[in-house]
Amino acid sequence: MGSFILRSLGQRALLLFFVSVIAHSVVHLAPGEPSEVDPNNPRMKPEDIARIRAAFHLDDPLYLQYAYWIRDLFTGELKTFKDSQPVLPKIWRRFLISLPLFFTTTLLVWGLSFPTGIQAAVRRGSLYDRGSTVVAYALISIPGFFLAYLIIMWVVATFELPVIGRRTFGMEEASALYRTMDGIWHLVIPSLMGAIGGIAALSRYVRSQMLEVIGQDFVRTARAKGVPEDDVIYRHALRNALLPFVTMFGFLLPGLIGGSVIFEQIFAWPGLGRLGYEAILNRDFPVILTLNFIAAVLTLLGTLVSDVLYAVVDPRIRYD
Amino acid sequence: MAAPGDLGVTSGVEPPPSTSLAGEVWRLLRRDPLAMAGLGVLVLLLLAAVLGKLTTEVVVVFDPAAVRLPDKLLPPLSPPSPQVVAEGLAPATGRYLFGTDDLGRDVFARMLQGASVSLSIGFVAVGISVAIGILLGGLAGFYGNLRLGFITVDTLVMRFVDVMLCFPTFFLILTVVALLPPSIYNIMVVIGLTSWMGTARFVRAEFLALREQDFVVAAKALGLPERRIIFRHMVPNAVAPVLVSATIGVATAILTESALSFLGFGVQPPDATWGNILADGKGFIFDAPWLFFVPGIAIFAVVLAFNLVGEGLREALNPRLRRRP
Repeated sequence: MGSFILRSLGQRALLLFFVSVIAHSVVHLAPGEPSEVDPNNPRMKPEDIARIRAAFHLDDPLYLQYAYWIRDLFTGELKTFKDSQPVLPKIWRRFLISLPLFFTTTLLVWGLSFPTGIQAAVRRGSLYDRGSTVVAYALISIPGFFLAYLIIMWVVATFELPVIGRRTFGMEEASALYRTMDGIWHLVIPSLMGAIGGIAALSRYVRSQMLEVIGQDFVRTARAKGVPEDDVIYRHALRNALLPFVTMFGFLLPGLIGGSVIFEQIFAWPGLGRLGYEAILNRDFPVILTLNFIAAVLTLLGTLVSDVLYAVVDPRIRYD
Repeated sequence: MAAPGDLGVTSGVEPPPSTSLAGEVWRLLRRDPLAMAGLGVLVLLLLAAVLGKLTTEVVVVFDPAAVRLPDKLLPPLSPPSPQVVAEGLAPATGRYLFGTDDLGRDVFARMLQGASVSLSIGFVAVGISVAIGILLGGLAGFYGNLRLGFITVDTLVMRFVDVMLCFPTFFLILTVVALLPPSIYNIMVVIGLTSWMGTARFVRAEFLALREQDFVVAAKALGLPERRIIFRHMVPNAVAPVLVSATIGVATAILTESALSFLGFGVQPPDATWGNILADGKGFIFDAPWLFFVPGIAIFAVVLAFNLVGEGLREALNPRLRRRP
């Protein structure tokens, strides 16, 4: 097991290198650069542009720029183009803001899709099963921001509660209890919006996985020897159906960065997705590249964790 | 999949099932009311896209770009005001079926134009991704054991797939689309280039299984050229899972385009897509809700239809289900 982990760490480091090279080339070879963000500004003279290009090493060959970026990234010296703030602390602050959103979303996805999917599988062909199928397809198919706007209008009109941002303006003086409730309320709607696609997709997958397991011989045997139905479903079948979901934990982590751009934008939530979006608008290459790098690290770590977890939960799998 | 599994059902009262895979799939698909409903919507959409292309660009019956400021923000089914009729700009249907937007443009005409644009974004993006996926997947599956120096073709291709999977897809699409000059072709190509990895994996797995099967071994023994073995014998047997993911991929591409439009990186005016009509409409959600609901519901219906047909195909192509009489 130890040697397996070491070997895959090595392979993943190599993959990470290629990912960072590709990302760096894509960002730098595409037209449009930081000095062109504001082309109509009359105070931008050619010498200013030259100065900016020199300061950002934009005139150096690509491999040197890559080397500078990697060096600065690992020494923690990396500064944003836009405001010369250190990149890593900036990302860390935004990460802390995104974290509650990500945590609640994940909790909602995994907490809701399992009961829904299991029930649909157990009552295959029933009204509930067909209804949840249609609802799941509908939720996968609706454009996320369209639904978000509808929900915002409905919540604001029905409950007269503000949902944009992280807290209500003017609540700073209120007691801690009210401020907490306000914060939770502002957290729940965007998390739910982010979770809806995941709930729909995952509950479908849980259903098909459960159906697959319920049809197998050991489930029939368990029923035949008189095990109570709940035990058959939740002890015998569910445990075996859970196996493939272990791998899905690996795909959770990168969702921290890519998955939240739209909803953080709609709900004015200043997290990682917003940071990435702003960096793209500003052609802030160090931030874009570092976010992408972190996403790749998270993906690779996630797949490693899921490989290891797979071996832990499934005794049939051995890595030597 | 070369020989449809009809061994158990040739005797008895069941009519002998059709021997072609397409006929078999169609028979199963017809029993799935959701998939058939989806198929119906898609046929309508295809008609709308073709007619839309004809009537907005070839023979201009509906002019999506005609600006009629006196008629701005009219609700659906309202007639044009008389002074506009005099200029010959009145909608061909006599009324604004879906209302007008903030520049007085006919939303019905814009939706017609957008139907073909949105659909072609979906199809071209998926076409690119399927082509790359089949090419690389087939390469890894068929020539996997070939060594290039110290590394096999299979390792090379599959590690490249792993590299591509490390990118947060939407963030990557957003970055590239934002950096490149805005154009509808860039969006198609970028979505296509970032979504082929699943197809490559499916095709590789199918090819690895097919490579050992008797009909492929026989074809090799007969001395058929490799090109013919791959494209005539193996690819047709490997496309079933690709077909499913391609159908769902079209839906995803349409959604991605609308998300890009929402962030302001989508197809730029004056070209209309359903995504950017929706994104423009969100500013008038209280004053002119039809600008928001018409494209929103249209996207929803079409994406739902693609998803339903895709899932129906997945069920119909599932060999375990197919063997059932």
